Amino acid sequence: MSRVWSVDVRVTPREGILDPAGETIRRALGNLGYEGVHSVRAGRLIRLEVEADGPEAAVASTEKMCEQLIANPIIEDYVVRVRQG
Amino acid sequence: MEAGMNAGIVRFPGSNCDADVYRAVTDGLGARATYLWHKSTDLEGVDVVVLPGGFSYGDYLRAGAIARFSPIMGEVIDFARAGGLTLGICNGFQVLCEAHLLPGALVRNRNLRFRCHDVGLRVENAGTAFTTAYGEGDLLHIPIAHGEGQFVAEVSTLDELEAENRVVFRYVDRRGQATDAANPNGSARNIAGIVNAEGNILGLMPHPERHSLSVLGNTDGLGVFQSLLAAVSRARGRRSDTAPPEAPEVAAGAVAGAGVSS
Repeated sequence: MSRVWSVDVRVTPREGILDPAGETIRRALGNLGYEGVHSVRAGRLIRLEVEADGPEAAVASTEKMCEQLIANPIIEDYVVRVRQG
Repeated sequence: MEAGMNAGIVRFPGSNCDADVYRAVTDGLGARATYLWHKSTDLEGVDVVVLPGGFSYGDYLRAGAIARFSPIMGEVIDFARAGGLTLGICNGFQVLCEAHLLPGALVRNRNLRFRCHDVGLRVENAGTAFTTAYGEGDLLHIPIAHGEGQFVAEVSTLDELEAENRVVFRYVDRRGQATDAANPNGSARNIAGIVNAEGNILGLMPHPERHSLSVLGNTDGLGVFQSLLAAVSRARGRRSDTAPPEAPEVAAGAVAGAGVSS
Protein backbone atom coordinates (compact mmCIF):
# COMPACT_ATOMS: atom_id res chain seq x y z
CA MET A 1 0.00 0.00 0.00
CA SER A 2 1.45 3.27 -1.07
CA ARG A 3 2.05 5.88 1.60
CA VAL A 4 4.50 8.62 2.46
CA TRP A 5 7.63 7.61 4.34
CA SER A 6 9.92 9.93 6.16
CA VAL A 7 13.44 9.12 5.03
CA ASP A 8 16.72 10.48 6.39
CA VAL A 9 19.86 10.60 4.30
CA ARG A 10 23.04 11.15 6.26
CA VAL A 11 25.89 12.34 4.07
CA THR A 12 29.42 12.41 5.50
CA PRO A 13 32.85 13.06 4.00
CA ARG A 14 34.45 9.81 2.92
CA GLU A 15 37.25 8.30 4.93
CA GLY A 16 40.52 9.89 3.90
CA ILE A 17 38.90 13.04 2.52
CA LEU A 18 40.12 16.08 4.40
CA ASP A 19 37.20 17.70 6.25
CA PRO A 20 38.26 21.25 7.12
CA ALA A 21 34.86 22.09 8.65
CA GLY A 22 35.01 19.11 11.01
CA GLU A 23 38.60 19.89 11.89
CA THR A 24 37.71 23.50 12.71
CA ILE A 25 34.90 22.32 15.01
CA ARG A 26 37.34 19.95 16.71
CA ARG A 27 39.82 22.74 17.37
CA ALA A 28 37.07 25.02 18.67
CA LEU A 29 35.93 22.30 21.07
CA GLY A 30 39.51 21.99 22.27
CA ASN A 31 39.62 25.75 22.89
CA LEU A 32 36.45 25.43 24.98
CA GLY A 33 38.16 22.89 27.17
CA TYR A 34 36.60 19.71 25.78
CA GLU A 35 39.46 17.28 25.85
CA GLY A 36 39.67 13.91 24.22
CA VAL A 37 37.77 14.78 21.04
CA HIS A 38 39.98 12.95 18.61
CA SER A 39 38.04 13.58 15.44
CA VAL A 40 35.05 15.51 14.15
CA ARG A 41 33.53 14.87 10.76
CA ALA A 42 30.88 17.32 9.57
CA GLY A 43 28.26 16.12 7.13
CA ARG A 44 24.67 16.92 6.38
CA LEU A 45 21.27 15.47 7.03
CA ILE A 46 18.70 15.54 4.26
CA ARG A 47 15.14 14.61 5.24
CA LEU A 48 12.75 13.53 2.51
CA GLU A 49 9.07 12.61 2.45
CA VAL A 50 8.89 9.83 -0.12
CA GLU A 51 5.81 8.07 -1.41
CA ALA A 52 6.45 4.35 -1.81
CA ASP A 53 4.81 0.93 -1.42
CA GLY A 54 6.85 0.08 1.67
CA PRO A 55 9.93 1.07 3.64
CA GLU A 56 12.20 -1.05 1.44
CA ALA A 57 10.88 0.62 -1.68
CA ALA A 58 11.31 4.05 -0.05
CA VAL A 59 14.93 3.21 0.75
CA ALA A 60 15.58 1.82 -2.72
CA SER A 61 14.28 4.90 -4.50
CA THR A 62 16.13 7.23 -2.11
CA GLU A 63 19.37 5.33 -2.70
CA LYS A 64 18.92 5.89 -6.40
CA MET A 65 18.52 9.63 -5.72
CA CYS A 66 21.70 9.55 -3.64
CA GLU A 67 23.68 7.94 -6.44
CA GLN A 68 22.46 10.47 -8.97
CA LEU A 69 22.33 13.72 -7.02
CA ILE A 70 22.20 13.80 -3.24
CA ALA A 71 25.72 12.46 -2.62
CA ASN A 72 28.92 12.51 -4.63
CA PRO A 73 30.42 9.04 -4.13
CA ILE A 74 33.89 10.35 -4.99
CA ILE A 75 33.99 12.37 -1.79
CA GLU A 76 31.00 11.33 0.31
CA ASP A 77 29.42 8.32 1.98
CA TYR A 78 25.73 8.17 2.66
CA VAL A 79 23.35 6.18 4.82
CA VAL A 80 19.62 5.99 4.09
CA ARG A 81 17.20 5.29 6.92
CA VAL A 82 13.40 5.27 7.19
CA ARG A 83 12.26 7.10 10.30
CA GLN A 84 9.88 5.40 12.70
CA GLY A 85 6.34 6.57 13.17
CA MET B 1 37.51 29.16 -45.02
CA GLU B 2 35.58 30.91 -42.32
CA ALA B 3 37.87 32.56 -39.82
CA GLY B 4 37.41 32.90 -36.10
CA MET B 5 35.29 30.91 -33.75
CA ASN B 6 32.00 31.15 -31.96
CA ALA B 7 32.29 30.39 -28.25
CA GLY B 8 29.09 29.37 -26.48
CA ILE B 9 28.97 30.61 -22.90
CA VAL B 10 26.45 28.80 -20.71
CA ARG B 11 24.49 30.94 -18.28
CA PHE B 12 23.15 29.18 -15.22
CA PRO B 13 21.19 31.04 -12.57
CA GLY B 14 24.06 32.33 -10.44
CA SER B 15 26.73 32.43 -13.15
CA ASN B 16 28.67 35.65 -12.70
CA CYS B 17 31.74 35.39 -14.92
CA ASP B 18 29.79 34.91 -18.16
CA ALA B 19 30.27 38.53 -19.25
CA ASP B 20 33.99 38.39 -18.44
CA VAL B 21 34.42 35.37 -20.71
CA TYR B 22 32.34 37.12 -23.37
CA ARG B 23 34.70 40.10 -23.33
CA ALA B 24 37.80 37.90 -23.35
CA VAL B 25 36.52 36.19 -26.50
CA THR B 26 35.14 39.25 -28.28
CA ASP B 27 37.49 42.05 -27.19
CA GLY B 28 40.49 39.86 -26.44
CA LEU B 29 40.37 37.67 -29.54
CA GLY B 30 38.05 39.48 -31.91
CA ALA B 31 36.04 36.26 -32.12
CA ARG B 32 32.33 35.61 -31.63
CA ALA B 33 30.63 34.64 -28.42
CA THR B 34 27.09 33.48 -27.83
CA TYR B 35 25.29 33.18 -24.52
CA LEU B 36 23.51 29.87 -24.04
CA TRP B 37 20.67 29.83 -21.50
CA HIS B 38 20.69 26.86 -19.13
CA LYS B 39 17.10 25.96 -20.03
CA SER B 40 17.91 25.74 -23.72
CA THR B 41 18.69 22.42 -25.36
CA ASP B 42 20.36 23.95 -28.41
CA LEU B 43 24.07 24.71 -28.57
CA GLU B 44 23.39 26.83 -31.68
CA GLY B 45 26.32 25.38 -33.58
CA VAL B 46 29.01 26.93 -31.40
CA ASP B 47 32.60 25.75 -31.86
CA VAL B 48 33.51 25.76 -28.18
CA VAL B 49 31.48 25.53 -24.98
CA VAL B 50 32.53 27.49 -21.90
CA LEU B 51 31.03 26.88 -18.47
CA PRO B 52 31.86 30.10 -16.65
CA GLY B 53 32.47 30.86 -13.00
CA GLY B 54 29.85 31.83 -10.48
CA PHE B 55 27.61 30.20 -7.95
CA SER B 56 25.15 28.25 -10.03
CA TYR B 57 22.02 27.46 -8.02
CA GLY B 58 23.61 29.11 -5.01
CA ASP B 59 26.11 26.23 -4.72
CA TYR B 60 23.31 24.38 -2.90
CA LEU B 61 23.96 20.74 -2.05
CA ARG B 62 27.44 20.79 -3.62
CA ALA B 63 28.99 23.33 -5.97
CA GLY B 64 27.92 22.39 -9.50
CA ALA B 65 25.68 19.51 -8.41
CA ILE B 66 22.38 21.06 -9.47
CA ALA B 67 23.70 22.86 -12.56
CA ARG B 68 24.97 19.54 -13.83
CA PHE B 69 21.33 18.52 -14.43
CA SER B 70 20.28 21.73 -16.20
CA PRO B 71 18.57 21.03 -19.54
CA ILE B 72 21.51 22.36 -21.54
CA MET B 73 23.93 20.01 -19.80
CA GLY B 74 22.57 17.04 -21.77
CA GLU B 75 23.72 18.79 -24.94
CA VAL B 76 27.00 19.90 -23.38
CA ILE B 77 27.78 16.35 -22.27
CA ASP B 78 27.03 14.98 -25.76
CA PHE B 79 29.15 17.74 -27.32
CA ALA B 80 32.06 17.10 -24.96
CA ARG B 81 31.88 13.31 -25.33
CA ALA B 82 31.94 13.72 -29.10
CA GLY B 83 35.22 15.62 -28.82
CA GLY B 84 33.89 19.18 -28.70
CA LEU B 85 36.20 21.66 -27.00
CA THR B 86 34.79 22.35 -23.55
CA LEU B 87 36.25 24.71 -20.97
CA GLY B 88 35.08 24.87 -17.37
CA ILE B 89 36.33 27.76 -15.26
CA CYS B 90 35.93 27.69 -11.47
CA ASN B 91 32.24 26.82 -10.99
CA GLY B 92 32.42 25.42 -14.53
CA PHE B 93 35.20 23.05 -13.39
CA GLN B 94 32.99 21.95 -10.50
CA VAL B 95 30.12 21.30 -12.93
CA LEU B 96 32.40 19.24 -15.21
CA CYS B 97 33.49 17.08 -12.27
CA GLU B 98 29.91 16.63 -11.09
CA ALA B 99 28.97 15.61 -14.64
CA HIS B 100 31.82 13.06 -14.58
CA LEU B 101 33.37 14.66 -17.64
CA LEU B 102 36.49 15.14 -15.52
CA PRO B 103 37.70 12.93 -12.68
CA GLY B 104 37.87 13.91 -9.03
CA ALA B 105 35.93 16.53 -7.12
CA LEU B 106 36.32 20.02 -5.71
CA VAL B 107 35.70 20.41 -2.00
CA ARG B 108 35.91 23.16 0.60
CA ASN B 109 39.26 24.96 0.71
CA ARG B 110 41.63 23.48 3.26
CA ASN B 111 41.61 26.62 5.40
CA LEU B 112 37.82 27.16 4.97
CA ARG B 113 38.46 30.62 3.56
CA PHE B 114 37.10 32.04 0.37
CA ARG B 115 40.31 32.91 -1.47
CA CYS B 116 40.24 35.85 -3.87
CA HIS B 117 43.67 36.92 -5.13
CA ASP B 118 46.19 36.27 -7.87
CA VAL B 119 48.06 32.98 -7.83
CA GLY B 120 51.13 31.73 -9.61
CA LEU B 121 50.39 29.03 -12.17
CA ARG B 122 52.85 26.87 -14.06
CA VAL B 123 51.89 25.55 -17.48
CA GLU B 124 52.57 21.83 -17.16
CA ASN B 125 51.35 20.80 -20.59
CA ALA B 126 51.54 23.28 -23.47
CA GLY B 127 50.34 20.69 -25.97
CA THR B 128 46.63 20.75 -25.19
CA ALA B 129 44.04 22.57 -27.28
CA PHE B 130 43.83 25.09 -24.41
CA THR B 131 47.51 25.83 -23.95
CA THR B 132 49.37 25.88 -27.29
CA ALA B 133 49.77 29.66 -26.97
CA TYR B 134 51.99 29.02 -23.95
CA GLY B 135 55.29 27.30 -23.51
CA GLU B 136 55.91 24.39 -21.17
CA GLY B 137 56.89 25.74 -17.77
CA ASP B 138 55.56 29.25 -18.41
CA LEU B 139 54.64 31.05 -15.20
CA LEU B 140 51.32 32.90 -15.24
CA HIS B 141 49.58 35.18 -12.79
CA ILE B 142 45.87 34.47 -12.77
CA PRO B 143 43.19 35.38 -10.22
CA ILE B 144 41.34 32.82 -8.17
CA ALA B 145 38.03 33.44 -6.40
CA HIS B 146 36.58 30.37 -4.76
CA GLY B 147 35.64 28.74 -1.49
CA GLU B 148 35.45 25.21 -2.83
CA GLY B 149 38.48 24.68 -4.99
CA GLN B 150 40.37 21.94 -3.26
CA PHE B 151 40.88 19.28 -5.92
CA VAL B 152 40.64 15.76 -4.52
CA ALA B 153 40.78 12.38 -6.23
CA GLU B 154 41.85 8.81 -5.52
CA VAL B 155 45.62 8.36 -5.47
CA SER B 156 45.33 6.05 -8.49
CA THR B 157 43.45 8.80 -10.37
CA LEU B 158 46.09 11.38 -9.44
CA ASP B 159 48.84 9.03 -10.60
CA GLU B 160 47.02 8.46 -13.87
CA LEU B 161 46.59 12.21 -14.41
CA GLU B 162 50.31 12.74 -13.85
CA ALA B 163 51.40 9.79 -15.99
CA GLU B 164 49.22 10.93 -18.89
CA ASN B 165 50.39 14.52 -18.59
CA ARG B 166 46.84 15.65 -17.89
CA VAL B 167 47.72 18.06 -15.10
CA VAL B 168 47.71 21.22 -17.20
CA PHE B 169 48.19 23.91 -14.53
CA ARG B 170 49.75 23.74 -11.08
CA TYR B 171 49.82 26.32 -8.29
CA VAL B 172 53.40 27.54 -7.83
CA ASP B 173 55.30 30.23 -6.01
CA ARG B 174 57.19 33.11 -7.58
CA ARG B 175 60.11 30.84 -8.39
CA GLY B 176 57.87 28.34 -10.10
CA GLN B 177 58.01 25.80 -7.27
CA ALA B 178 54.87 23.85 -6.41
CA THR B 179 55.20 24.40 -2.67
CA ASP B 180 52.57 23.93 0.00
CA ALA B 181 52.61 27.67 0.69
CA ALA B 182 51.77 28.35 -2.96
CA ASN B 183 48.75 26.06 -2.77
CA PRO B 184 45.77 28.32 -2.01
CA ASN B 185 43.20 25.64 -1.23
CA GLY B 186 44.96 22.40 -0.39
CA SER B 187 44.50 20.83 -3.82
CA ALA B 188 46.15 17.44 -4.21
CA ARG B 189 49.62 17.87 -5.70
CA ASN B 190 48.96 21.60 -6.25
CA ILE B 191 46.66 20.77 -9.14
CA ALA B 192 44.87 23.83 -10.54
CA GLY B 193 43.63 22.46 -13.86
CA ILE B 194 43.25 19.12 -15.66
CA VAL B 195 42.13 17.73 -19.00
CA ASN B 196 40.24 14.55 -19.82
CA ALA B 197 42.06 11.64 -21.45
CA GLU B 198 41.04 12.77 -24.94
CA GLY B 199 42.28 16.29 -24.24
CA ASN B 200 39.18 18.18 -25.35
CA ILE B 201 37.80 19.07 -21.89
CA LEU B 202 39.69 21.39 -19.54
CA GLY B 203 38.66 22.37 -16.05
CA LEU B 204 40.56 24.87 -13.94
CA MET B 205 39.82 26.85 -10.79
CA PRO B 206 41.71 30.07 -11.69
CA HIS B 207 40.04 32.64 -13.94
CA PRO B 208 42.03 33.24 -17.15
CA GLU B 209 39.28 35.57 -18.42
CA ARG B 210 40.01 37.99 -15.58
CA HIS B 211 43.53 38.48 -16.93
CA SER B 212 42.75 38.57 -20.61
CA LEU B 213 42.72 42.25 -21.56
CA SER B 214 45.39 44.90 -21.14
CA VAL B 215 42.79 47.16 -19.54
CA LEU B 216 42.62 44.58 -16.75
CA GLY B 217 46.32 45.08 -16.13
CA ASN B 218 47.40 41.61 -17.16
CA THR B 219 46.86 39.36 -20.18
CA ASP B 220 48.40 36.13 -18.89
CA GLY B 221 45.06 34.34 -19.28
CA LEU B 222 44.38 35.31 -22.87
CA GLY B 223 46.52 32.40 -24.07
CA VAL B 224 43.82 29.93 -23.09
CA PHE B 225 41.38 31.63 -25.48
CA GLN B 226 44.03 32.14 -28.19
CA SER B 227 44.81 28.44 -28.00
CA LEU B 228 41.13 27.57 -28.44
CA LEU B 229 40.85 29.88 -31.43
CA ALA B 230 43.90 28.23 -32.99
CA ALA B 231 42.49 24.75 -32.32
CA VAL B 232 39.16 25.66 -33.91
CA SER B 233 40.94 27.13 -36.95
CA ARG B 234 43.06 23.99 -37.32
CA ALA B 235 40.03 21.73 -37.12
CA ARG B 236 38.18 23.85 -39.67
CA GLY B 237 41.16 23.82 -42.04
CA ARG B 238 41.33 20.06 -41.79
CA ARG B 239 37.61 19.72 -42.45
CA SER B 240 37.83 21.78 -45.61
CA ASP B 241 40.87 19.77 -46.81
CA THR B 242 39.47 16.34 -46.26
CA ALA B 243 36.03 14.93 -45.82
CA PRO B 244 34.58 13.69 -42.57
CA PRO B 245 34.40 16.10 -39.66
CA GLU B 246 36.13 14.91 -36.58
CA ALA B 247 37.03 16.04 -33.13
CA PRO B 248 39.39 19.01 -32.99
CA GLU B 249 43.00 18.04 -32.81
CA VAL B 250 44.29 18.08 -29.29
CA ALA B 251 47.83 16.83 -29.68
CA ALA B 252 50.72 19.25 -29.63
CA GLY B 253 50.18 21.39 -32.67
CA ALA B 254 52.73 24.16 -32.43
CA VAL B 255 50.88 27.41 -32.79
CA ALA B 256 52.86 30.55 -32.29
CA GLY B 257 51.69 32.13 -29.10
CA ALA B 258 51.67 35.74 -28.14
CA GLY B 259 53.95 36.74 -25.32
CA VAL B 260 51.55 35.87 -22.58
CA SER B 261 53.91 34.46 -20.03
CA SER B 262 55.34 36.64 -17.36
